Amino acid sequence: MSRTLLDRLWDAHEIVRSPEGASLLWVDRHLVHEGSHHAFAKLAERGLPVAEPALTFGVADHYAPTRGRDRIGDPAIAKMLDRLTENTRAHGVRLFGLDDPRQGIVHVLGPEQGLTLPGLLVTCGDSHTSTHGAFGALAFGVGATQVAHVLATQTVWQTKPRAMRITIEGTLGPAVTAKDVALHWIAALGTGGATGHAVEYAGSAVRALSMEGRMTLCNLSIEGGARFGMIAPDETTLAYVAGRPFAPEGAALDRAAEDWAALRSDPDARFDRDARFDAADIAPTVTWGTTPEQALPITGTVPDPARLDGARAEAARAALDYMGLVPGRPLDGTPVDQVFLGSCTNARIEDLRAAARVLEGRRAKVPGTVSPGSMLVRAQAEAEGLDRVFRAAGLDWVASGCSMCVGMNGDTVAPGKRCASSTNRNFRGRQGRGARTHLMSPVMVAAAAVTGTLTDVRPLLEGRA
Amino acid sequence: MAGWVEHEGRAVALPRSDIDTDQIIPARFMSASRSEGYGGFLFADLREGDAAFPLDRHPGASVLVTGPNFGCGSSREAAVYALVDAGIRVVVAESFADIFAGNAVNNGLLPARVAETGAILDALGTGTAPARVDLERGTLTVGGRDHPVELPDIWRRKLINGWDDIDLTRAHADDIAAFRETRAARAPWAMPRGA
Ligand code: SF4
Repeated sequence: MSRTLLDRLWDAHEIVRSPEGASLLWVDRHLVHEGSHHAFAKLAERGLPVAEPALTFGVADHYAPTRGRDRIGDPAIAKMLDRLTENTRAHGVRLFGLDDPRQGIVHVLGPEQGLTLPGLLVTCGDSHTSTHGAFGALAFGVGATQVAHVLATQTVWQTKPRAMRITIEGTLGPAVTAKDVALHWIAALGTGGATGHAVEYAGSAVRALSMEGRMTLCNLSIEGGARFGMIAPDETTLAYVAGRPFAPEGAALDRAAEDWAALRSDPDARFDRDARFDAADIAPTVTWGTTPEQALPITGTVPDPARLDGARAEAARAALDYMGLVPGRPLDGTPVDQVFLGSCTNARIEDLRAAARVLEGRRAKVPGTVSPGSMLVRAQAEAEGLDRVFRAAGLDWVASGCSMCVGMNGDTVAPGKRCASSTNRNFRGRQGRGARTHLMSPVMVAAAAVTGTLTDVRPLLEGRA
Repeated sequence: MAGWVEHEGRAVALPRSDIDTDQIIPARFMSASRSEGYGGFLFADLREGDAAFPLDRHPGASVLVTGPNFGCGSSREAAVYALVDAGIRVVVAESFADIFAGNAVNNGLLPARVAETGAILDALGTGTAPARVDLERGTLTVGGRDHPVELPDIWRRKLINGWDDIDLTRAHADDIAAFRETRAARAPWAMPRGA
């Protein structure tokens, strides 16, 4: 019988299946961040140890200060970081803490360190764990009860999702990125479009993406309702993995590569749902509302709720009210107050390079922050001189963490301020109370910085490679 | 956690779609310990400055009826803690985000998928109505009308028995140990280097 990539990954990890159809799955990598305090508290209540400390890795990211790391002023933030340090130390779990030169956002650090590999099952108490599926891994976010369960047993109960395939054929246009692909399909299918499904991305446009691009695409799967995003591993994947600190090497890597070659869907595999998009139809895309599906090409105009149907009209009206936008106005030219380049979605080296290409020799008209996805990305960017481009443009070049993606560390957008952001959620209040977030790609963020408005990056890249 | 089979309370409507977990509990409240109680954080930003917020107009309501795709976004279980600590036992919607629904069931909160939620929202308006949920029968009764609840068997069993997954799983300790051996033999590369 023909099988999907999902089937293969699922079968390789299923320990038992309950009479009600839930599978007990083996977890190869468990990543924990500051939010794990509830889970460690549950463990402590029962006096349980961490079952597999060698498969568990701690990362300080959600509350990581991006400025003045040595003197954390806010006691609540210091407490969150201290608790992670104490919990990982008490259980013999390796921690990439603030003092570690490899520290970064969990979904950037895992792949960068070679902790994320094809064929693994990766869990983390964070919805964007779908990112790791870019390697052909089964990766998904779980809540605190399940984090405690993984800590205690190295397993997780899951009901197998339905299989969905999103195929993007063709070639992406200039300055059109994986971020635009993701916003495009979510706008088309809706934020609940893939609920209950595991999405496998396929097609020539996906195969042509770098690992960075694939991670961006899989990262955003959750914004379309899918807990899982995945891409079959290939040469691009192997080239990225080889030589990473925790990845296999030598004969072990050869053996792994043989196994990984089988990680794909059969040509005649059946999917419960299939969606296809043409790469040529995708433009640089921005969100105008308060959910990721409220997105349009930058050449579009703010939609008129009166022309939408029922519930969508109501949602659009509320969103425009919150966002302070008027129907019918072109998106291009909408003034922004600030920009943010960062997050696990778009703060990898390739993202920074692309944004720097736009900013080179130009000044930002609005303030902004660049927070690299990890301290290693930061070091690499500095080695390439990208930091000088950002600083010369007038942007703040800060340390790595979740920062303004979620505002837990105190980096927030002030009420009513409009931010062009490379992050993943434009929810009300996500970047701070009353903050108005427009999601877009790193190059579009750079373009917004240069013009002080939402704008089409393409003309700004003319003549620049 | 205590299991339950039936719940009776009052239903109140929050007619919005795509309520994400950042709205259910904004990130700034998430450093609190569970013992401090999360109820006061529920919908903190939505409530502020809205004297007509449904849960404030009708304190004591325990069945929250709302729009589709409830609980999307962040996997924060704190969203469920906030609902539970504020006395909500059942959330009724056409659809829920997967992670939220799983978290809810793990805390004894029923994410009740009801196809006719739109009609219930209309009937409730800004008022309340008596509501009753029967997990065995899989029904929600609001204002005297029965509605079927789409309820996977595993959720029903967990809610009714108040099952704790860690205890359940520990009964499979031998299977897990055997699987670990097989996995190490079949995929030796799956162990992190230096582990
Ligand atoms: S960067 Fe944002 S989305 Fe990514 S893990 Fe951090 S808070 Fe979550």
